[in-house]
Amino acid sequence: MNRTSLTTMQFALALLASGAAALGLVFSLPDPGSVPLLTVFFALGAAAMVRLIRPINLWFDGALMLLGAVALLLALPQTGAMPAHFWWALVASWAFAWLFVERLSAAIRAGHLPETGTGLVIPVIFGLALLVAWEVITRGANVPPVLLPPPSAIGARFMAETNILWADFVQTFIKSVLPGYAIGCLAGLAVAIAVDRSPFLKAGVMPIGNFMSALPIIGIAPIMVMWFGFDWQSKAAVVVAMTFFPMLVNTVAGLNAASAIERDLMHTYAANNWQTLMKLRLPAAGPFIFNALKINSTLALIGAIVAEFFGTPIVGMGFRISTGVGRLAIDLVWAEIAVAAVAGSAFYGVIALIERGVTFWHPSVRGGRA
Amino acid sequence: MANRVIPVLTILLAILAFWYAAAIWMNAPWQDRLNARADLVDVPFAEFAAQTWAQDKPVLPAPHQVVSEIWNATVALEITSRRSLAYHAWITLSATLLGFAFGTVLGVALAVAIIHNDASDRSLMPWIIASQTIPILAIAPMVVVGLGSVGLTGLVPKALISMYLSFFPVVVGMVKGLRSPEAIQLDLLRTYDANGWQVFWKLRWPAAMPFLFASMKVGIAISLIGAVVAELSNASGGGLGVRLLTGSYNGQTVQIWAALFIAAGLAAVLVAIVGAAEKWVNGRMGARA
Amino acid sequence: MSETSSATACTNGPAVIRAENLGLTFPTGDGDIVALSDVNLTIEKGDFVSFIGPSGCGKTTFLRTIADLEKPTSGTLSVNGMSPEEARKARAYGYVFQAAALYPWRTIEKNIALPLEIMGHSAGEQAERVKRTMELVNLSGFEKKYPWQLSGGMQQRASIARALSFDADLLLMDEPFGALDEIVRDHLNSELLKLWARTEKTICFVTHSIPEAVYLSTRIVVMSPRPGRVTDIIESTLPRDRPLDIRETPEFLAIAARVREGLRAGHSYEEGSV
Repeated sequence: MNRTSLTTMQFALALLASGAAALGLVFSLPDPGSVPLLTVFFALGAAAMVRLIRPINLWFDGALMLLGAVALLLALPQTGAMPAHFWWALVASWAFAWLFVERLSAAIRAGHLPETGTGLVIPVIFGLALLVAWEVITRGANVPPVLLPPPSAIGARFMAETNILWADFVQTFIKSVLPGYAIGCLAGLAVAIAVDRSPFLKAGVMPIGNFMSALPIIGIAPIMVMWFGFDWQSKAAVVVAMTFFPMLVNTVAGLNAASAIERDLMHTYAANNWQTLMKLRLPAAGPFIFNALKINSTLALIGAIVAEFFGTPIVGMGFRISTGVGRLAIDLVWAEIAVAAVAGSAFYGVIALIERGVTFWHPSVRGGRA
Repeated sequence: MANRVIPVLTILLAILAFWYAAAIWMNAPWQDRLNARADLVDVPFAEFAAQTWAQDKPVLPAPHQVVSEIWNATVALEITSRRSLAYHAWITLSATLLGFAFGTVLGVALAVAIIHNDASDRSLMPWIIASQTIPILAIAPMVVVGLGSVGLTGLVPKALISMYLSFFPVVVGMVKGLRSPEAIQLDLLRTYDANGWQVFWKLRWPAAMPFLFASMKVGIAISLIGAVVAELSNASGGGLGVRLLTGSYNGQTVQIWAALFIAAGLAAVLVAIVGAAEKWVNGRMGARA
Repeated sequence: MSETSSATACTNGPAVIRAENLGLTFPTGDGDIVALSDVNLTIEKGDFVSFIGPSGCGKTTFLRTIADLEKPTSGTLSVNGMSPEEARKARAYGYVFQAAALYPWRTIEKNIALPLEIMGHSAGEQAERVKRTMELVNLSGFEKKYPWQLSGGMQQRASIARALSFDADLLLMDEPFGALDEIVRDHLNSELLKLWARTEKTICFVTHSIPEAVYLSTRIVVMSPRPGRVTDIIESTLPRDRPLDIRETPEFLAIAARVREGLRAGHSYEEGSV
């Protein structure tokens, strides 16, 4: 596989990577050996130019990417801006990472490497490269922490403040999001089933439901805080209002998803309405209902956090974010954002997993890549 | 036509009736206290109901109060006045449109990169999805403050939030749309020895149009939401979000509802415009209306 | 066409289906469409009756009217001596559609059990009947598979098993093999004949294939469009036991020629009148 010739894009990336490494070597000449590992990286990276004569294994590019990133992170000065050749190291290792990913995906497509496992490596590399670049740029360019703290500072703050983060998570996610989500989704489902029997009501409810789904419902947060007080009840109420309409609209559409033949079949069995609902229309609506559940999982968390901007007891993710901004504790804010991102993804992931189990029969689940 | 309008009107009327009833019920405790203070006893129900619909800071304002507030704050005021809802709506609208335009262009560009390059599909797509797990709306006010501290103020930070929200549905929809041509259609162009550029403009791009517009409808709606929430950070900046915030600080419920109604109206108009553009383009491409 | 009394070898039981002056008109935006006009037909117990004709001749509509999926606008129709609606509520027939219409979220055995669940059979009874009907259509061993894991021919066999599972005496089949290739279709045709011989059911079978109609039927009802009506009813002279190569015999070809003639007559009548 390493004998395959490079595409134009890969060739350009290879030139960029080795060129940047060579330039880094030149710029680091004034004080050679101050950072030995970096010098090794520069030397090897520049040496990779031999691929003009003889092909180089793609894993060698991967090793260079890794070496560059590690050397750079270890060499970062604790204070002050970093010297110029560090930037060349960043450019070189980024280019090696890109080249590696390009060659890796080409190898997967050509069938030289298995899809499972290797396919997962690519996005992971991209994410790690992003984190390294973030760390190097924020620290190397002396970006004020108030604007964007480096990931390491966020991580440290995260470990130091787990108690606060946990309390905020309980207040916002467990107390506000989950009950609001459950009530909103169940209510949407119930109303959809109730409305479904009457074409008149359906014709009236659908356009209004579609319209409401597009509205900035989050704006009712201040009103809910006035009605239900500062604690979690008002946040749960916002979540209910935000999740209700997507569920209503999707379920009504889903209940119409069964085909005419499938319905005729139930008719020939003289099945009653309840049987038709339970055995045909609700299962057929499954993919639509799960679609709403997934949309709502993200809406719910956002609704609860934004509602906390309008007043909270002194706990909650939204409270911490808004006060953290005021007190310039930006690393704590970012730690809170990380919690929100992880909680939101996990919530979505759990629903998606359940969906795969329940609607296993649907073509979108049983066929191919998602 | 009548078959479609009458059910909607019926439901709307029912909501309106329910609203007036709820306004009586929710405003009654405060009205009772007011009447007790003014030594009014045995107020007949009709008069009491009228009182609950005319409070200064009601728990739930009656619809006509909201409508008259909107009238007073738009038509009856100079458009440049800081109290004019039209002025605030314009601020929100311009941020929405700017962010939506950025988001659509970014989304289309990313989608084109993704379908033409395997590595960017594999590396970008998971992170584009992951990018949406950051509840950007929840931190929008903070982002605006942060950007403000490096000198980015006014329209742009809000538009960036709108862009972050609206590029996502466009990427997802366009990737799906650009990949929607079937194998036999691609094979046909292969038999003509068409180049990549021709395949893109003659097959993939037209095939993606319905997907693009469906995504844009979602995108414009969340752009507006993004702009409104981004405004919550800066009470002096203006915009519908600011009206919500100041209304909430001062207990001006009528003002909050008026801002909400205007936001709803804006959303409806924007989605309708995208929908009309969709119909026009699809019609020109030979789809049945 | 007047009502034709049966002269075949089948038993002289009471009529399973009796249509008298049956008519059905669909109102549409640009005028009414006469889907069925003045249809008179009696089908007796044990008959295998095929309905053949070009598209739009009302053959499917007639089958759907028997199944109470459409309501006639004139004339009378009785199924087992009852109105179609009563017959449907008495679960008098099994219906096989053009597509298998198996529910993708149910396994094959659960699909076949679906009507049994709806009709309130006990779990033990369901299992017993599912087993029996799956054997009848040669699907044993595929109980736990999902429909989308089976070929088109097997899906359609499962849908026939589903129609047979609750033991209705009447089987209504609407071009059940229309979407299958000819090799699979031949195979299923001969299996269907064996099944008919074993179960002694009355079968109404809609098709647009002349060989299929002649091979399967004791009677062939030829229909023609605009308005949908019966133009000829042909009694088959073939024996009940029919190997596949019966289709090369002069007798078979003679009946096929008559069907083709009937179809052509309907066609010329249509052109002469319109």
